[in-house]
Amino acid sequence: MKKRTRQKLIRWTLYLVLVAGVAVLGLVADWPTIQRVFFNPQIAADMFPAVFTIAAKNTLIYTFAAFAFGLVLALFLALMKRSSIKPYRWIAITYIELFRGLPALVTIIFIAFAIPIAFPGTSIPGGTLGKGTIGLGIVAAAYMAETIRAGIEAVPRGQMEAARSLGMSHGAALRYIVLPQAFRIIIPPLTNELVLLIKDTSLFFVIGGTITSKELTKFGRDLMSSTFNATPLIVIAVVYLIITLPLTRAVAQLEKRAARAR
Amino acid sequence: MPAENVPPIKVVDLHKYFGPLEVLKGINFQVNHREVVCVIGPSGSGKSTLLRCINRLEEPTAGKIYIEGEDITDIDADVDKLRTKIGMVFQRFNLFPHLTVLRNLTIAQEKVLGRSKSEAEDVARKMLERVGLSDKVDEFPIRLSGGQQQRVAIARSLCMNPDMMLFDEPTSALDPELVGEVLDVMRNLALEGMTMMVVTHEMGFARQVGDRVVFMDDGVVVEEAPPDELLLNPQEERTRKFLEAVQHY
Repeated sequence: MKKRTRQKLIRWTLYLVLVAGVAVLGLVADWPTIQRVFFNPQIAADMFPAVFTIAAKNTLIYTFAAFAFGLVLALFLALMKRSSIKPYRWIAITYIELFRGLPALVTIIFIAFAIPIAFPGTSIPGGTLGKGTIGLGIVAAAYMAETIRAGIEAVPRGQMEAARSLGMSHGAALRYIVLPQAFRIIIPPLTNELVLLIKDTSLFFVIGGTITSKELTKFGRDLMSSTFNATPLIVIAVVYLIITLPLTRAVAQLEKRAARAR
Repeated sequence: MPAENVPPIKVVDLHKYFGPLEVLKGINFQVNHREVVCVIGPSGSGKSTLLRCINRLEEPTAGKIYIEGEDITDIDADVDKLRTKIGMVFQRFNLFPHLTVLRNLTIAQEKVLGRSKSEAEDVARKMLERVGLSDKVDEFPIRLSGGQQQRVAIARSLCMNPDMMLFDEPTSALDPELVGEVLDVMRNLALEGMTMMVVTHEMGFARQVGDRVVFMDDGVVVEEAPPDELLLNPQEERTRKFLEAVQHY
């Protein structure tokens, strides 16, 4: 057989296997049940507008709160890790290794439930928002600290030297010269971190809370239990993608632009 | 303005180690008011380290450095304030890439000297005119040639009204055709009476503009003399060898 004929044959076989597979699935699958369980229009319609006005809104609030809290904490950790004072470096290293090594869920459970047990009568204020923000922010800070540190180190040393030689203090040079350049470098990885946080707010379901504090995952799961139907999960999955896809596309664009600028 | 009889820069028995490596082995050295001193020598001789010690970008291991009579190696010395008196120009320009040319020139004036925005901008425009780059006010550094960037860097230093200027191989990173414009700016500065210390490989500049040339090798000052004497009639064997190697072609 000629080489070209053989390649043609292989291609056609692969197409055939695909079509056959789809056809078998289509014939075997119980379409009415699938539609009833996963794509029930009535259940989906009943989710509106709450899926946006409560669930998606809460997901975004939790995300931004954890991101903001984590970013501030991360900035301190990054500066501590670069400190000339050894104990500060040790604290930062321990923190970062600890919280990168633990599942985020463990940290959130610890903040939400272990602290009230350890110190009876105390509780992190602010309900789901307060507990979740602190728990997830603590974890996010560990990751973002490394990102910020890498960003600071990517700024050439001459920038700090030029600023100092103009009489700026170390702090002023960091604030006006080094950090603005470092943050420009780390916008893509920080946006990636934001996308991860959006998904990680789903862990807040363990904290519980009130009807108005539900984020997307808890909202969907509770409805799934009460309706005994999987449609709510499909709907919240779509809402997650509506939020995350534009962001991941934006990151890709930013990275492309950064690569061009180099 | 400092008193004329106090030397702007005086270095006494300066030692600098990088780990076990002794880079400066007891330097004694002075720059007088309105004097232009050019420091030459092979790479690794310690001339850049000496320059960087003078505004404490490097910490001296031992010895004293006096700026206008004030000991800057003293633990109580206000190094930030002393640095505003010492302009520094780097081999790689080190302009702030995230800021426009104008902002490069105004930010330290505002944050360090406490000048108002309009005052700082007036000074900046004046200095840009002095280096011949008035039309680049709103450009970002990346859009300028190496020679233009270095002239902006010089203007940035001048904005702080320094009493003296340090130049660390200011033309070594430039394409050959851009060297002249930077040296012209430096010569004008010298003619206006700026006290200058210039680490350089430009022997022509050292000879024309320098009042004194210092030859360093292996962490020591080997020889210093007026340019014509040192460059044409070196007394030391090491100086002679270096000049022969530099002027071979």
